[in-house]
Amino acid sequence: MTAILQAEGVYAGYGEVEILHGVSLTVNEGEIVAVIGPNGAGKSTLLKAIFGLVPVSNGSVRLLGHDVTNLATDRIVAEGMSYVPQTDNVFPSLTIEENLEMGAYTRRNGIGDRLDHVFGLFPDIAPRRRERAGRLSGGQRQMLALARALMLDPRVLLLDEPSASLSPKMVDSIFEKIAHVNREGVAILLIEQNAREALGFSSRAYVLAMGENRFEGDAQGILDNEEVGKLYLGE
Amino acid sequence: MAQTRLVRRLDIWDRLNDALRAQGDRLLLAGLWLFFLTFGAWAILTETDAFAIGVVTGSVLALGAIGLTLIFGILKFAHFAHGDSMMLAAYIAFFLLTGTMVGDRTDTQALPFTLNDLPGATERLPWIDAFGGGDFSFGYGLLLALLLTALVMGGLFVILDRLVYRPLRRRHSSIVILAIASLGIAISMRSVILVFWASSPRFYVPGIRPTTDLPFDVRIVTDQIFIFVAAMLTAALVYFLLFRTKLGKAMRAIADNSDLAQVSGINTEQIVIWTWVISGALVSVAGVMLALQARLSPELGFVLLLPLFAATILGGIGSPQGALVGGMIIGISQEVAVSFDFISPGYKFSVAFVILILILLVRPRGLFGAKA
Repeated sequence: MTAILQAEGVYAGYGEVEILHGVSLTVNEGEIVAVIGPNGAGKSTLLKAIFGLVPVSNGSVRLLGHDVTNLATDRIVAEGMSYVPQTDNVFPSLTIEENLEMGAYTRRNGIGDRLDHVFGLFPDIAPRRRERAGRLSGGQRQMLALARALMLDPRVLLLDEPSASLSPKMVDSIFEKIAHVNREGVAILLIEQNAREALGFSSRAYVLAMGENRFEGDAQGILDNEEVGKLYLGE
Repeated sequence: MAQTRLVRRLDIWDRLNDALRAQGDRLLLAGLWLFFLTFGAWAILTETDAFAIGVVTGSVLALGAIGLTLIFGILKFAHFAHGDSMMLAAYIAFFLLTGTMVGDRTDTQALPFTLNDLPGATERLPWIDAFGGGDFSFGYGLLLALLLTALVMGGLFVILDRLVYRPLRRRHSSIVILAIASLGIAISMRSVILVFWASSPRFYVPGIRPTTDLPFDVRIVTDQIFIFVAAMLTAALVYFLLFRTKLGKAMRAIADNSDLAQVSGINTEQIVIWTWVISGALVSVAGVMLALQARLSPELGFVLLLPLFAATILGGIGSPQGALVGGMIIGISQEVAVSFDFISPGYKFSVAFVILILILLVRPRGLFGAKA
């Protein structure tokens, strides 16, 4: 298995406040990797640090063997990593098609083919391509946000709580979509509040606490781990 | 059981309230439109002359307001230097055209070669014969000057961004700091105008300007037709840019959500530079048209700020279509109001002020503004 994304001993935070104290993780080709942990563990900060949105003060982030630590986001995106924020992840006044075009901003040609491909993946939003994204429902917005992140055909996709504030039915269909995208060859790193469900369809998982690695292993192992269950899965 | 019923009743009450509020909102908007359209129709019928002049003034205001709203949308601060930038641009065009500048005691010729020296550059551009009336007051020299000024102002805006606004953005300064910085730049620009061209009014072409008779007994200065057409063409270009080009779509994306734009791989700093370049060009067209309509005068830019902001807010901050409509409404209202005997022309700008206050009270997000 080849590693697509490797974070090693990442220290990061906002200004004086350090939130991550040497976190490491690896995402291999074809994997869905979940990061779980209590509120304030630094899960979101970890994704942002990997994506260059929060400065990494020590440690490194490597994407396909290239060092991308603290690179400008437009460069990181061009290297093959995309990111979907938890909230405000569509451009409400732009049309659905324009949202997707913005996802492919760094791409010069072949946007039409990519649009067709992405609309094929998300048939729900395809017929509404000329409508403003602000009119979509919560679940459809999440679909559009995913679609936007796929426009550059990334190798790895970072998802910040894709199921947040969705109805249980919508959560299932979003997870289904994520698994589908993964089967098409996109490695996925996601953080989730719905830890149990996330672990259900992930390959491996990391448990984060107080900005440090606490546990790691295959998803089933984490699910079966008594201590993790007691501390983080609410048993 | 009783509790769920209570909750359900509260829920229904909330929804009813929301529905009523949404309905009220729609009614208010419809009322505002009805009011402005009735006023417009009435003005066309009874104050035709003032209406025509108002359309010309309005198109200049609209151009300024479009630039203002663009800068607000992407950089999120009120660009108080907008009016003075327009005037500075008008003076730069004047300088390129005539080379005139204040000397020791009187004006001197500061440029070895001016655009007016080009063969036939001062020959008046002809107005279409079939319509009758006099020609435009200016030659192609002014159009060249406008083009060069657009480049100069675009460059100046980019330099100002590098020197002033970008360092402030990097420091995550509040929008108030940015707005006050732009106020400082506004005052500096006015001082530059005073130093180089003094305070007395100037004109691109001295002398009486030819007029044209339009249908319905309206007589206007031929230049005003040019002003209106140029402003509308520029507005159409901006619309095309924003809705049909990749750059424009990225600008709208940043206005919507600049964090997400960055995450999508859009180089936001690069788009900011383009925004300044485009604003510089817009300010130049607006400024030269303003000077052509009125005159070149150092304080005119600052005085214009109030109607510019009124137009922007009336249309809805951040909305280019809104700025266009807002500019027209303010321009027409101003001219029509002062055509009444009981309002002296000196109160022209207070009309904008009254509209501004009313819209802020009734509907702060303006005619086209998105919900907060």
